[in-house]
Amino acid sequence: MDSSTTPPIGAITTENAQLDVTLEQLKKLVSPRAFTGETMLLNMGPQHPSTHGVLRLLLELDGETVISCVPDIGFLHTGIEKTHEGKTYLKGVPLTDRTDYLAPMINNLAYCGAIEKLMGIEVPLRAQYIRVILAELTRMNSHLVWLGTHALDIGAMSMFLYCMREREDLLDVFELVSGARMMSSYFRPGGLWRDVPPAFFDLVKKVLDVFPARIIEYERLLKENPLWKERTIGVGVISKADALAFGMSGPSLRGSGVNYDVRKAFPYSSYDHFDFNVPLGSNGDVYDRYRCRLDEFPQSLRIIKQALDRLPEGPVMTDDRKIAPPPKHEIGTSMEALIHHFKLWTEGFSGPNADVYFAVESGKGEYGVYVHGDGGPKPRRLHFRAPSLCNLQALPRMAKGALIADLVGIVGSIDIVLGEVDR
Amino acid sequence: MDNILEVLKFINNLMAFVFDEIGKFITGLLGKGPGTELVLMILAAIGLITFGAVTMMALTWFERKIVARIQDRIGPNQAGPFGLMLPLADGVKMLTKEDITPANADRWVYLIAPIMIAAFAMTSLAVIPFAPRVAGVNLDIGAFFYIAIGSGSTIAILMAGWGSNNKYSLLGAFRTVAQLVGYEVPMLLNVLPVIMLSGSMSLFDIIAKQTDAPGGFGLPFILFLPVSALVFLISGIAEVGRSPFDLMEAESEIVAGFHVEYSGMKFALFMMGEYVNAAVVSIMFSTFFLGGFAGPIFIPPYVWFLAKAFSIFFIFMWLRGTLPRVRVDQLVNLNWKFFVPLSIINIIVVMVMSKLFVTFPAQPGLFVVSPLVYMAIMLVSGLGLLGLALTLASRSARRERLAIAQEAAEHRVANQAFATAQTGK
Repeated sequence: MDSSTTPPIGAITTENAQLDVTLEQLKKLVSPRAFTGETMLLNMGPQHPSTHGVLRLLLELDGETVISCVPDIGFLHTGIEKTHEGKTYLKGVPLTDRTDYLAPMINNLAYCGAIEKLMGIEVPLRAQYIRVILAELTRMNSHLVWLGTHALDIGAMSMFLYCMREREDLLDVFELVSGARMMSSYFRPGGLWRDVPPAFFDLVKKVLDVFPARIIEYERLLKENPLWKERTIGVGVISKADALAFGMSGPSLRGSGVNYDVRKAFPYSSYDHFDFNVPLGSNGDVYDRYRCRLDEFPQSLRIIKQALDRLPEGPVMTDDRKIAPPPKHEIGTSMEALIHHFKLWTEGFSGPNADVYFAVESGKGEYGVYVHGDGGPKPRRLHFRAPSLCNLQALPRMAKGALIADLVGIVGSIDIVLGEVDR
Repeated sequence: MDNILEVLKFINNLMAFVFDEIGKFITGLLGKGPGTELVLMILAAIGLITFGAVTMMALTWFERKIVARIQDRIGPNQAGPFGLMLPLADGVKMLTKEDITPANADRWVYLIAPIMIAAFAMTSLAVIPFAPRVAGVNLDIGAFFYIAIGSGSTIAILMAGWGSNNKYSLLGAFRTVAQLVGYEVPMLLNVLPVIMLSGSMSLFDIIAKQTDAPGGFGLPFILFLPVSALVFLISGIAEVGRSPFDLMEAESEIVAGFHVEYSGMKFALFMMGEYVNAAVVSIMFSTFFLGGFAGPIFIPPYVWFLAKAFSIFFIFMWLRGTLPRVRVDQLVNLNWKFFVPLSIINIIVVMVMSKLFVTFPAQPGLFVVSPLVYMAIMLVSGLGLLGLALTLASRSARRERLAIAQEAAEHRVANQAFATAQTGK
């Protein structure tokens, strides 16, 4: 064995050193009372019905009161960011579906937007509008699953089934355009995979017709329900300053009254063409976050309606043949098209040696994609700024002093998807 | 006409007649004596346990079907016609499941708890009046017996929670003690007015008082005691731990609470205990406040009995499909700060009213009135009390809400100050 790699006898190896530090840190995570047996340590999750996947929480409880709460993330580590380094820019699209699996189209949009920014491509207006329609439908999909599970956590069981029923309509739209209900991968760098089929407009119109009444139904069940209000008002309060300091975003941040929405602040994909409001809360409690998300339904519908009315004709893919695959009929007749096709499907297109960051407003918050290109067809490093991860960081602050019953409500109210927390 | 009445009477008394004949047959076979009594008792017990088990199976199916309709689903439809065989399929599944005892469990406590809970639930069936002269045993203190036995399941649940040696079970057991022991009190306090009006603790007497029988009012007690009926129903739901008071087994909070470690037949026994308890509460409500098996002659008493009990159970399911769960502090507050004071005041009001007004000259009282007028007086005083209590409660709730709003306003001011400081930088 080479002497340079063997540590001298008696020295602390890196492994041991790390372990010691971790144990010390672990002891600091809970209060000293936990070591005397005065408080109870409870391992909540990863197999727990209301941890929304595989979140593990280390709870220190005094009776039912939460003294400290430590989220232990990493149970769903998928290595998606690392996998991206081995994929060409085009092949990366399906991986993004798997991060926040409740909002695949929005993830697609963020990823494609980042690649387009890197390559400097202009996306046709029709594609941008269709992207907006689908992104808003996806937002509704994400919020529906959130509403259902959040209500289920607080004990309103029927809400879950109602939300799943409505979600079917949205999934039908996704299936129609992309062939897949959840992992749609419909957007491509430069535009869309293909134009939407004619039946798409009927389905979306059906959603527009059905939804307003359904939202009223939900509100009737929960909005003024005294039990629901008792369970959510004044629970899990986080102040504006804390919310900003924790890097929260999306409805979880807006519930505290911070007016930050990527769609308004940094419009992308023609969001500035549409009229819509950003619902704001004021108290920063579970109820305000619930109101913010629920009020986003009508706004999403508004955007979809406008985009549908003003949808321009034209191509849905950029005409840059270095990025967009050539139409099938050209391959048989044009030598150039054949070469492009061959180049695209073998090595992909090469990006510049540059860094870009592109953020979109997903159902959970600011979903950003950071691409570090090295001049080749694959990213050197790709990072997702996942809103769930950032919002989760505020959980210990919000859960302090709450009861277990409140804790599940708070976990529900920050709307995390664990696939996004552990990329 | 007389013939038809005879036939109706026969149908009405069919159950009592059949049981009498069985009794006569066995007495004839074995001769009179303590041995025969024992055999008859065992037969009755087997009959009651069968009733309990069948009720549980029927209720599980009924509940799944109803909740499914509430939630825009179809519900069970695969096992047999309309999924009617589903309880049997469940039973087979439960029987064939592995029976697990956690390594660190307190073995005997863990084992006995499910048996105890089912046993207590079945025991409370003993005093239920199914039809005229048909009951497991006609106790003079039936109401008292029911209340006493009903508290037994608390101990069983505590044993299960403690014996499992699981933190979630323990949390469930904590909650159980807070909830069940607390809600015993308003439940008991609201059976008292019923006993005061009927002058007896025997469930048959209570039912007789609500019929046209001599000395009866001819009207169900729910019209005399609206406050008692409401509080008894709500605390009954809490007492059997059903939604929205299903804190002790809240699956989204403490997984399954006290029965998280139980599997197979032990779990089935818990379920059976729970459903039988819920059924008994609905039956007791119908006995105390709706006149039990009594009703117009053209419908047999056992049909009345089932119809009333199932409609009360339907309310339970309806609530389950609609309401979110309450939190443990809210649950305890509701009990001790609202139900118990209200029940005590209600008892005093009923006491005064029943001394002021009587329906028979033979009774001591100031004014003699007809049952209908008596009912009207009681109803008005009860509803008045309820209205007063709700007004006071909503007023204090409004004060609390204002305090929360005040706090929130302070938050907002702090937030704005923070925002100004940020922009000023």
